[in-house]
Amino acid sequence: MSTAEAASPAAALPGWVMPVAKTLAVIAGIAALIFALVASGIAPKGSWAHKILAAPFIEMREMPDLLVQTLWEGAVAGILYALIALGFVLIFKASGVFNFAQGIMVVFAGLTLVGTYELLGRVGLTGMPAAYLALLVTLGVMALLAVSVERFVLRPLVNQPDIILFMATFGLTYLLIGIGESIFGGNPKVMITSQLGLPRGAIDLNILGGRVTLQKIDIAAAVIATLMIIALAIFFQKTRIGRALRAVADSHKAALSVGISLNQIWMIVWFAAGVVALVTGIMWGARSDVSFGLQTIALKALPVLILGGFTSVPGAIIGGLIIGIGEKIGEFYWGPLLGGAIESWLAYVIALGFLVFRPQGLFGDKIIERI
Amino acid sequence: MFYREAGQYKTTYAADMAVFPIRQDRIGIALILLIAFVGIPLTANEFVINSIMVPFLVFALAAIGLNILTGYTGLISLGTGAFMGVGAYACYKLTTIFPDLNIIVCILLSGFFAAAIGALFGLPSLRIKGFYLAVATLAAQFFLQWCFVRVPWLYNYNASGAIEVPQREVLGVIVTGARAAPEVKYLVLLSIVVLLTWIASNIIHGRFGRMWMAVRDMDIAAELMGIRMLPTKLLAFAVSSYYCGVAGACMMFLWYGGGEASDAFNINQSFNVLFMVIIGGLGSLVGSFFGAAFISGLPTLLKFGLPAIGIPIGGAFAEHLTHIFVGGLIIFFLIVEPHGLARLWQIAKQKLRTWPFPY
Repeated sequence: MSTAEAASPAAALPGWVMPVAKTLAVIAGIAALIFALVASGIAPKGSWAHKILAAPFIEMREMPDLLVQTLWEGAVAGILYALIALGFVLIFKASGVFNFAQGIMVVFAGLTLVGTYELLGRVGLTGMPAAYLALLVTLGVMALLAVSVERFVLRPLVNQPDIILFMATFGLTYLLIGIGESIFGGNPKVMITSQLGLPRGAIDLNILGGRVTLQKIDIAAAVIATLMIIALAIFFQKTRIGRALRAVADSHKAALSVGISLNQIWMIVWFAAGVVALVTGIMWGARSDVSFGLQTIALKALPVLILGGFTSVPGAIIGGLIIGIGEKIGEFYWGPLLGGAIESWLAYVIALGFLVFRPQGLFGDKIIERI
Repeated sequence: MFYREAGQYKTTYAADMAVFPIRQDRIGIALILLIAFVGIPLTANEFVINSIMVPFLVFALAAIGLNILTGYTGLISLGTGAFMGVGAYACYKLTTIFPDLNIIVCILLSGFFAAAIGALFGLPSLRIKGFYLAVATLAAQFFLQWCFVRVPWLYNYNASGAIEVPQREVLGVIVTGARAAPEVKYLVLLSIVVLLTWIASNIIHGRFGRMWMAVRDMDIAAELMGIRMLPTKLLAFAVSSYYCGVAGACMMFLWYGGGEASDAFNINQSFNVLFMVIIGGLGSLVGSFFGAAFISGLPTLLKFGLPAIGIPIGGAFAEHLTHIFVGGLIIFFLIVEPHGLARLWQIAKQKLRTWPFPY
């Protein structure tokens, strides 16, 4: 480890400083341009240029409380996207598998939790103990899933091209949908929020001449997500298994040659992704309900991923925040101009815009191409 | 025994490079075409044509399209469903603006609109590669899907918000609309598929196909050899989208006949076609047909086949079972033969050549 760090003394700044600085510069440039346009009178009020370039910003300045509300909602959505993206990143780093099944794992974990709780209710167990028992059972199920995925999908497919592994996770998605639907039924279920001890209700803040409503569950989601990310970071940096995980991420062959078991690492990493999926499932489930419709949010995690780079944990978080906030701001201020519901594609277009300038994402490993 | 090239001498370079160099292959293709064009319309009932053959042909066309992009050029696209949608909506606009234009011409023309849109969304492929590109094509998928719902001009301000397929005749025979005979629709679709497959085969065996494959195998090396990336990749996107667009137009006009349109071009359709290409075999035309037959036929087979052999299953459970089955089979096939059904077909042919004395 230390030799690798010592090998590059010239890189005093972390690699992500430059892209972030560049992005900020571009944003500042755009802001200056808009100001110049409005101030010089090229875009008079009522014109299209004014509606697109100036009116939303004027609205932001005049009603800061609405802006704060939108930002908060965007940030919360972003954190939840980031959680799904985190599951992707974990698996991609350790095994190079683009795990499409992460979204369905979220649903599956949520459904298992609620289903187990209902089952416990039938034998007379309710309340918080039952909820946490159900949580334990779900963790067991996710561990079982990780073991079987490693044994029956990954191990036979080792050394295949990326797209084959990608398609295999697709098969896994279908399999999990089928199994989940036959066991739990296709109806949406209500997440056992209060039984798990998660807060409900909202806090109203009177700031900036208006009222900003913060859902308590959102705050809890933000806190739990932060805790989990810190825990994962410690796990990766400080523990023996974490170091092995990073070694595998760097090079499968080198890791194998120093005696790290790839199979074991993959099992652990899929289990970790399963735990992340469970937390995500609880949080998303608490905001709406647990249903197979939730798997579409997994697709929303994809632009987050490419924005942050497939291999970067901080990238997943920053990417999630950019996508979440950008999406909500875009929908709220510019959506009506285009007829609404632009949330469905805006995230992808934002990500695409970033990618054209940085093909490996904001924080991804630099792509080196050689013959 | 009966399938081997012994005794078939080739005297010219062209004969040696033929797509079907063995006589038995040519006879087999002729036989398949004969059955498809004459046998099936004469013998099959409406169920077989509408629920098995038509979906198979439509998806085969879409799979060929995606195979050109993913299998031959190595660019992963998740926007197939949307490009199919562009074809369908373009065809609808064309046939309502020019009602006298032959509907088959409309279907073939609509592919060009899809090709233009496809090339536009293919532009990022110059800088973005691999899975990053796959996610970038999702932008096309979701943006176009949004357009199909939010731009009422595309569906002529219909109250239903979907394509309503009008009745069109070719040479006095009703081809589209509710009153068209299934056999007619089937024959039109089959002709389009055969024609486009033949064209695709020629493109792929020609200069462009070789350029695409060079880009797929290693794009920097291809560039150093003098293949220009921009035209090559955009052409792949355009041709691929053309096929997908025609498939979409066929889907809407010769299969669905309107109705459940809003859902037809969603992301699941893109994934479906990608399955077909992978299961069938990347970089193989015949694989596209195998994959389409497998993925489009399997749910029908499970739904109607299992009760027929005496295993009764309920409607909802049948759907879940289909999911489990399809998922399991995808994983199974990838493990057993990652190069798809096309490779199995090749192996079978190779074995047959030396059968029954494989020494």
